[in-house]
Formats: sequence, structure tokens, C-alpha cells
Amino acid sequence: MRVSRTARVILGCVTAAGLAIVYVPLLLVLLNSFNADRSFGWPPSGLTGRWWRAALHSDGAREALLTSLKAGLAATAIALVLGTLAAYAVHRHRFFGRRTVSFLLVLPIALPGIVSGIALNAAFRTVLDPIGVGFGLFTVVVGHATFCVVIVFNNIGARLRRIAPSLAEASADLGARSWQTFRYVTFPAMRSALFAGGLLAFALSFDEIVVTTFTAGPGTRTLPIWIYENLARPHQAPVVNVVAALLIVVSVVPVYIAQRLSSDPAGGRL
Amino acid sequence: MPAAPTPGSRLRLTALLAPPLLWLTLAYLGSLAILLLSAFWATDSFTSDVVHTWNTDNFHELLTTPVYRTIALRTLSIAVAVTVIDALLALPMAFVMARIAGRRWRRPLLVAVLTPLWAGYLVKAYAWRVMLGEDGVVGAALAPFGLHGPGYGTTAVIVVLAYLWLPYMILPVYAALERLPERMLEASADLGAGAWRTLRSVVLPAVRPAVLAGSVFTFSLSLGDYLTVQIVGGKTQLLGNVIAAQVTLDLPMAAALSAVPVVLIVCYLAAVRRAGALDSL
Repeated sequence: MRVSRTARVILGCVTAAGLAIVYVPLLLVLLNSFNADRSFGWPPSGLTGRWWRAALHSDGAREALLTSLKAGLAATAIALVLGTLAAYAVHRHRFFGRRTVSFLLVLPIALPGIVSGIALNAAFRTVLDPIGVGFGLFTVVVGHATFCVVIVFNNIGARLRRIAPSLAEASADLGARSWQTFRYVTFPAMRSALFAGGLLAFALSFDEIVVTTFTAGPGTRTLPIWIYENLARPHQAPVVNVVAALLIVVSVVPVYIAQRLSSDPAGGRL
Repeated sequence: MPAAPTPGSRLRLTALLAPPLLWLTLAYLGSLAILLLSAFWATDSFTSDVVHTWNTDNFHELLTTPVYRTIALRTLSIAVAVTVIDALLALPMAFVMARIAGRRWRRPLLVAVLTPLWAGYLVKAYAWRVMLGEDGVVGAALAPFGLHGPGYGTTAVIVVLAYLWLPYMILPVYAALERLPERMLEASADLGAGAWRTLRSVVLPAVRPAVLAGSVFTFSLSLGDYLTVQIVGGKTQLLGNVIAAQVTLDLPMAAALSAVPVVLIVCYLAAVRRAGALDSL
């Protein structure tokens, strides 16, 4: 298609403007973490490293980070096991209700977080409370795992669709046992999808706040919950801003790894 | 897909399927069922305890109270506005990325669009809160023109939601545009169509399913959102935060209210599915 020069220039400008809008807020958070003005007035009255030092010594933030890491790792581990099993069943077997199963598996991500959140909250209160299991890290992990499973299921499923089943059949014809086929043929072909799915699942859990709000007890704070609680407190604002800036910087890491790992430029699927 | 099931493969299938389905049923579907059930219960107005008497009062109240209707309509219009804005932004951006920028630029551009997805929902909503605040950048940038920033309110909610979900729209549209064969565009030009005509008659019909697929994200994520509203919405009330506010006070009412976004999303999914958009998700 021939696009005229004027149209090219206009489209290029729209794209540049779009990208600018995407990045300006993030860059401002980075800049504001050095802003000497407590309420981030614009333009900054001066630059300071004070808030970064304060954030490093914030016990609340550090504890919340630790909780987030624990919850994310546990939820991802559960999701990797269950999601892989489900993807295998749906993509390598034919059975009655296959489409229903794959539809139901995606529900936790299709429905709004608030609906999932209060559903889990109601269920935990009715079922777990009477047997003495209170709200805490455990309930957060259960909540996160429900939607992390979907991510792993989608990633592994997409990969299984591309690996020809004849590969495994050839391996069997050559005399390999089931687990040998898995160990030497299927697993190596799936490794990067497992990694991408796990990474995405972890990132989703790390960022999740809605389901977390309704499944965490009063004493359990993940990093997003900590940020949210401190958002409206003026004296905490600069520290919150540093944590936000740190999260923006750190977010480049998974993107980089995913890019290195896969030919899929999106680095996985949601 | 392998051939006919054998007893061995059936056993393996059961072993594969049992753990995830057990988990899904116990942890998720069970919870949804409990929520749905509790929508038919009542709340003791003094103690806020749930009373297990079967009734449909909550749904009756939901349908007859004008406030709920207003809030539902407001939420719906915000979700539609966000979807339209994202589609209008994503189409030119994805077109440049997939068709105009040189091959070497495609991947960096795509990464540039995707990276913010990882920066975190709360961080981005928070960034906008600071920008839209009283001494914020938006106000400072508009001041020379004699204008004021929108402040916290409905406009701010639409802007921030559109900002948050934009990558979800760009991604499928970009994929669809990249798949579009060059031959089709050449054929259109050979038949005498100008750039506009080709755009209208060839490119747009080809990306329509992708736009619909992206709209599933922008629409349903906006419908259920409640934190952005709390962060930049000022006094604006949406379905999400009404539900959140009711959870501790009146769980049955919250359960009944949460049926509204679920029904809307299921209807939308069904409509989009008929248009064949779910395959391009």
C-alpha cells in the first residue's frame, strides 16, 4: 500500500505522541523520587536523595516486598504444576467436555477481579474459618494461584499446539518409555514456554491488588497493598514514590529476559 | 490430536485432569457458587450478619433503586468510552508499527509498547494521581493556555483507564496488521483503489476481529475496576466500588450487585464470539 508522505508524517507523529503519553507518567515517577518537594509540586524545587535513603530503611516496605515474593513464588509453583497438567489434558487428549473445561479454566481471568475477590472471601469465611484457618498468606496464595493457573495453561497450550505430536510418537517408536519421552523430547521443547508462563504468572501475582485485598487478613501486606495503604498518607508519599520508581526500573528485567528467551516478541501470552 | 483413546490413555487423562479440575472446582467455582447463593440471602440490618433465609429481595432492590441503575449506566458508558479511545489510539499506532516502520524498528517499538505492562497497575494509577493533583504536571502544562486540569473525577477515570489498558488493544491489532498479506494491498492498488479506499475496504475489515478481541480486555477490565476510581475518581461511584463498599456491610447485596458486571461481560463475550473475535485473542 502506498502511503503518502503527509500521511506518513501524521501517523508517525500520532505514534510518537502515543508513546510519549505512555512514558511521561513513568518518567515523572522516577524524577519525582528525587524531588525535594514533599507534595511533588511542579516544577521540582530541588533534587535530593533523601527519599531513597528513607525507603531503604522503611521496614513496612521491606516486609511487604518479602510477603509479595513469597506469595508470588508459591502461587507460581502451584500454577506451573496445575496449568501444565491441564494444558496437557486439553491439548493432547480428546474427551467429552473438553471445550467446557478450557472455557472454565479461563474464567478466573475473564471475570472482574472484584467478583473473584469477594467470591473467594465469602468462600474462605464459610469454609476455612470454621476449621480454624484464618486469612493470611495461605489464602492469598490460593487466590493468586487461581488466576496464575490460567496464564500457565495459556502459555503451555500455545506451545503444545506448535509441537507436533508425531515427535513424541517417533520417540515411542524408537523405544523410549513415557518418562524418557517426556524427559528428552517434550520437556526440552516446552522449557521456554514454562519459563515465560511462570514469569508472567509471577508478575501478575506480584502486581495483583484486588483479589489480594479480599483474601489477605489484616496482618498480611503484599507490596501493592502497602503502596495502596500509604498512597493517601502525605508524610509517606515520597517513600511510596521511591518504591513505585523502583518497581518501574525492575520491570525492565522480565521484559529483557522474555525477549532473550523467545522469538515471540510479546514474550508470552496473557 | 492423538487417535482413539485406549484404557491406558484414559487412565493418564484422568491423572492429568483430576488435580487442576479439583483445584478449579474447590477453589474457584465453589467460591462463585457460594457468592451466587448468598445473593439470595438477607442481612440483619443491626448486626450486618448474613441471615440464611431464601429470598429475592436483593435483586428486587437492585432493579428498582434508581441509584443502582444510574451507577450501572455510568460504569457502562465509561467502559465504552475507554474502549473507543483505546481503539482510536491503537489503530494508527499499530499501523505505524506493523506497516510503516522498517523491519528493524518493529521489535523495539513493540517492546516499548509492552514494557509499561510490567510496571504495575498501581504504580501507573499512582503516577496519574500525582500528575493530576493540585500542583501536578497536567495543571502546570495547561496553565499557559488559561486552562485547568480535569482534577479528580470522571474524566480522570476515563483517561487513566484508557492509559492502563492501551497495550491490551495495541497488541492484537498489531498482530492482525502484521499478518495482513502485502499481496492484498497490492491487489487493491492494482484495481485502482487509493490509500483511503484500501484502508477502508481492505485493512479495516481485516483488523475488525482484532479490535473486538482487544475490546474484550478494555471493556471488561474497565467494568470491574474499582481502584482507579478510588485513586483518581474523586467522588465518582462505579459498580466496582459500590460492590467493594457493600462487602463488609451487606454481603448478599454485594453478591447481587456483582451479578451486573458478570452478566454484562458474559453478554459482551457472547456478542464478540459471534463476530469471530475470540479466535484472535
